[in-house]
Amino acid sequence: MSAEASEAAPGGRRLHPLAVRIMHWTNAFAMVVMIGSGWGINDDYVIIPHWQFGIHLRLGNGAPQSLLWHFAGMWLLAVNGLAYLTYGIATGRLRERLLPIRIGDVIRTVRDTLHFHIDHSDLTTYNAVQKLLYIVVILAGVSQVVTGLAIWKPVQFSGLASFLGGFQSARLLHFIGMSVIVGFLVVHVALSLLVPSTLRAMLTGGPRLPRRGTIR
Amino acid sequence: MRSPFRPAALPDPAILDDHRGLLRSLQRRGILRGGLSLGALTLLTGCDVSSSSSISRALLAISSFNDRVQALLFDPARLAPTYPASMVVKPPKFNAYFDITELKPVDGQSWQLELSGLIADKRPWTAQQLMALPQTDMIIRHVCVEGWDYIGEWSGPTLRSFLERVGADLRAKYVAFKTADDYPSSIDMATALHPQTLLATHYAGETLADPFGFPLRLRMSTKLGYKNPKWITAIEVTNTYPGGFWEKQGFNWFAGL
Repeated sequence: MSAEASEAAPGGRRLHPLAVRIMHWTNAFAMVVMIGSGWGINDDYVIIPHWQFGIHLRLGNGAPQSLLWHFAGMWLLAVNGLAYLTYGIATGRLRERLLPIRIGDVIRTVRDTLHFHIDHSDLTTYNAVQKLLYIVVILAGVSQVVTGLAIWKPVQFSGLASFLGGFQSARLLHFIGMSVIVGFLVVHVALSLLVPSTLRAMLTGGPRLPRRGTIR
Repeated sequence: MRSPFRPAALPDPAILDDHRGLLRSLQRRGILRGGLSLGALTLLTGCDVSSSSSISRALLAISSFNDRVQALLFDPARLAPTYPASMVVKPPKFNAYFDITELKPVDGQSWQLELSGLIADKRPWTAQQLMALPQTDMIIRHVCVEGWDYIGEWSGPTLRSFLERVGADLRAKYVAFKTADDYPSSIDMATALHPQTLLATHYAGETLADPFGFPLRLRMSTKLGYKNPKWITAIEVTNTYPGGFWEKQGFNWFAGL
């Protein structure tokens, strides 16, 4: 912590400002609620034949409870997600951290990773694969809200439901979106445990960043 | 001697109206408090969180908040998509809280529809009288809360035309149903007056079969399947929240599509 601070320009922004940290952990909680309760809803009438998540992975004891959790968690997920995107776009954080992504960089990062040449000493810049994964999971989160809306209100938003290919198609897309997010979560949590400084940074704010010329 | 804390007569229910704001703010506080304990819960794993009653209360408070949101989202003029006759599934899917082998058919000859509550003409109706009302036909999607769906063709008088005919108070909040299978249900008045809300007597051009609600059931294009009671025996128009069979077990009341 003190080593990180000494490298930084005094008064510079933190890698993860307080607002980002609050929204990150709020989102983590909301996602766990939505995934666990979604699995409970799935188990009532499975989308993949014979595939149940099982009682130990479900949030809510039975469909009525899982539905209560899901339709409560949706507010937290949507409001927090909207705040995050608004913040990220208004402050330029999303563009600064996630763009640009070059195909060549992605290929090089994958190759380096497979050769165990990956470097995590600098937390302040993401490699191309990290950028790609974060963009994919943000889009998956947005997609979950959109497909979820079509499943929740297929009559009031019948245009949206038919754009998504109908009610069952929206339901399948909602399940696929969940799978993408869970896949991301596995990698994200595993890597944060392998490189604990990233986890610490999301709790304490991390190193201070060099000053920027302009703030977008 | 009568205790001074027990009034001889109950207060006028209208008194509640003066305090509705306060009651609501108390409910909001419940949500906040529930939210705080939900946060603490993330620190616990392996605990059975769902049995905790303060969490249940918070979730139910959010569910009734969702009722209000859905009432706002509900557009009384918006019609649900309809489909060609070739897509109609015959017979419809049987689903109830009991197995089809436990089905107790209703005798159409002795059957009567009882009326109560804020209705001017409370005389009971026979099946023949219902058939004499103008009939509406609709081919709509049935969506179950579980996630399955099918296309069905339903006909019968609109609930709106029936409520108008019997002189129901159309400004009342709820229309409630009692059924032969002891499956009470209720809907909001806005949905009751929707053009695709039918008192269905027929499916795919034929008299309703016993498993699907003979002689009378509700069919709405704008609500989940469990909101459509079968084997209806009584209709009540009321301003007192009537609840329902699944709602008592935590299912959302409005359940709009």
